[in-house]
Amino acid sequence: MSYIVIDEDRCKGCELCTTVCPQGDLVQMAGHFNVKGYRPSVFVDPEGRCTGCTLCAMMCPDTVITVYRTARKKKTVE
Amino acid sequence: MSEDGELVFRRPAALSDVVTHYCPGCMHGIVHRLIAEVIDELGIRERTVGIAPVGCSVLAYHYFECDFAEAAHGRAPAMATGIKRTHPELVVFTYQGDGDLASIGTNELIHAAARGENITVVFINNAVYGMTGGQMAPTTLPGMVTTSSPYGRDVKRQGYPVRVCELVSQLDGTAYIVRRSAYKPAEIRKLRQALKIAFQVQMAELGFSLVEVVSNCPTNWGMTPKESLRFVEERMIAYYPLGDYRVRDEVKTLK
Repeated sequence: MSYIVIDEDRCKGCELCTTVCPQGDLVQMAGHFNVKGYRPSVFVDPEGRCTGCTLCAMMCPDTVITVYRTARKKKTVE
Repeated sequence: MSEDGELVFRRPAALSDVVTHYCPGCMHGIVHRLIAEVIDELGIRERTVGIAPVGCSVLAYHYFECDFAEAAHGRAPAMATGIKRTHPELVVFTYQGDGDLASIGTNELIHAAARGENITVVFINNAVYGMTGGQMAPTTLPGMVTTSSPYGRDVKRQGYPVRVCELVSQLDGTAYIVRRSAYKPAEIRKLRQALKIAFQVQMAELGFSLVEVVSNCPTNWGMTPKESLRFVEERMIAYYPLGDYRVRDEVKTLK
């Protein structure tokens, strides 16, 4: 399963990462504040839909996102 | 590769492990990261010298793990010329905003380009003076409201914006003049490629290279970061079309 790690205390809450996720809503803005006083983005993916495409990390101006990717198993046709 | 999955994206080594002072949503951070990625990819960190300008990116020397020098306002191309001529083995780039490059530093830029100095200029165009509080810059769009043009830029009184790429590409000393942006991932990929080519042009001694980045300024435009990206896409790029303005034939053969 692919996933991202967000360094929340460095996030400035600009929300740019939330605009590019092809899955729609895996990166969301948190309800709490970080040490800088911004609402950081958080990774919410209970269904494991993240593909590790890196678009959110590419869009982040503060390089707070690290991406780990696991290749999906190919579906075999019986 | 671990059991947790393969690490496919992280902070490049040439980018310092510090928090930048830039406002939330500012594209400076994206461009900084791309330059650092290109420096890492080309393996030139130990022989790269950046020149920081005056403007929001005045503290850029804190954010890169390569040598940096700080130029007087607008004089980065002149300083880069001096460093490159005394140390031709170094890779020298300047990082300048529109107030620095297109206003007080126009003279230095134009003549460095006309001489065909073997340097790379990264030009961040966000249409305002950011650091000093959002005043009108030479690149401010017609009708655009800034703190020093509260009724919108009136071209009869304040003239027309300067299109730097079109201007500089007329000079024979230039080798690679392109305009890119970073408002969506596809453009960020193209920008990264352009920065890489610009550095390669310098390393192959083909002449002057300039990459203009049509950027944003959410704070001084009075917008949220998301709105500022839309403004870049709809308004800025309409006036500053993205594209290649001069790519000399030798550049096309670079790999």
